[in-house]
Amino acid sequence: MMRLNSYILWEVEALDFNEEQIERYSRHILLEEVGVEGQEKLLNSKVLIIGTGGLGAPAAMYLAAAGIGTIGLVDGDEVDLSNLQRQIIHQTSDVGKLKVQSGKETINAINPDVKVITYNEFATSENILDIIKDQDYDFILDGTDNFPAKFLINDACVLAKKPFSHAGIIRFQGQLTTYIPDNGTPCYRCIFQSPPPAGVVPTCREAGVIGAMGGIIGTLQAMEAIKYLLGLGTTLAGYLLTYDALKMEFKKIKVNHNKKCGVCGDNPTIDTLIDYEQAACDLKTGKLG
Amino acid sequence: MKVKVNGEVKEIKDAVTITEILKVENVEMPDMVSVQLNGEFAERDKFDTTVIKDNDEIEFLYFMGGGSIGF
Repeated sequence: MMRLNSYILWEVEALDFNEEQIERYSRHILLEEVGVEGQEKLLNSKVLIIGTGGLGAPAAMYLAAAGIGTIGLVDGDEVDLSNLQRQIIHQTSDVGKLKVQSGKETINAINPDVKVITYNEFATSENILDIIKDQDYDFILDGTDNFPAKFLINDACVLAKKPFSHAGIIRFQGQLTTYIPDNGTPCYRCIFQSPPPAGVVPTCREAGVIGAMGGIIGTLQAMEAIKYLLGLGTTLAGYLLTYDALKMEFKKIKVNHNKKCGVCGDNPTIDTLIDYEQAACDLKTGKLG
Repeated sequence: MKVKVNGEVKEIKDAVTITEILKVENVEMPDMVSVQLNGEFAERDKFDTTVIKDNDEIEFLYFMGGGSIGF
């Protein structure tokens, strides 16, 4: 089966891993930085993924494969044929199915160790804090595709003191940052302050995204979650990483905490959650709906 | 004067505001951009009045993920 040395095997046995788990996670266990203790931490970790789309799909799959013990999926949508170009957690036969159900089935097909909690609803100011508290999640991933949801997740995580990964993708571009509470790192609102005015976003002309972009940025989000959970290396806290696929260029931009931030600044004005509104782009009519 | 825009040193005319430099840099949708000037975020309603100085460092950070980007 696998070739772990006897010391590691002894440790593994001491932690009550079964044989199937020892083999499944052997490439993690062999990593000095992970080892049996790290794998045990992952198995005891709880990650909430909001949005099972372009970003959330690959993130959920890698986190499932990594043995994250509990994964929460939040999405009120059903699988649509137009999702399959990038949302690889869903298959053709899943069209019409609830996204959280389809996501759960794929996760458990990859790794039956994972306990999947499904929330068949969109995150709102009414439910998001309850969802975060439901399993006292250790880390949250923003896999949503709109600014109101991004600000909502940011504010909820800041107010609930939860670390999270923000990401956004569009066309051939992607970006992400990581927020860690109580260490002076900037939140999403520190950087962007408030959603762009409704009159300028979105323009259908600019809509669309290359499918692999979700894979790249969503997988980076999964990597940030794993590093945070294991306490490894440095995260993107205090940095915005941007990726331009056409130039094949990554840029890591230092971003600072904003003293005037509405939710985590010196004199915060936001103490309750806000549901911003944003018109959606209707591909069929080419107009804002 | 010399300023650093998104990490690149550029020669621009003196006394330009953030709004003007967004135009010079061909940012089509300035409402979709957040601006960090010398490490501090500039307030959007002060883009018109904030003047860039010699050796300033300016970063444009684009809103991304809502169906549109800022350029």
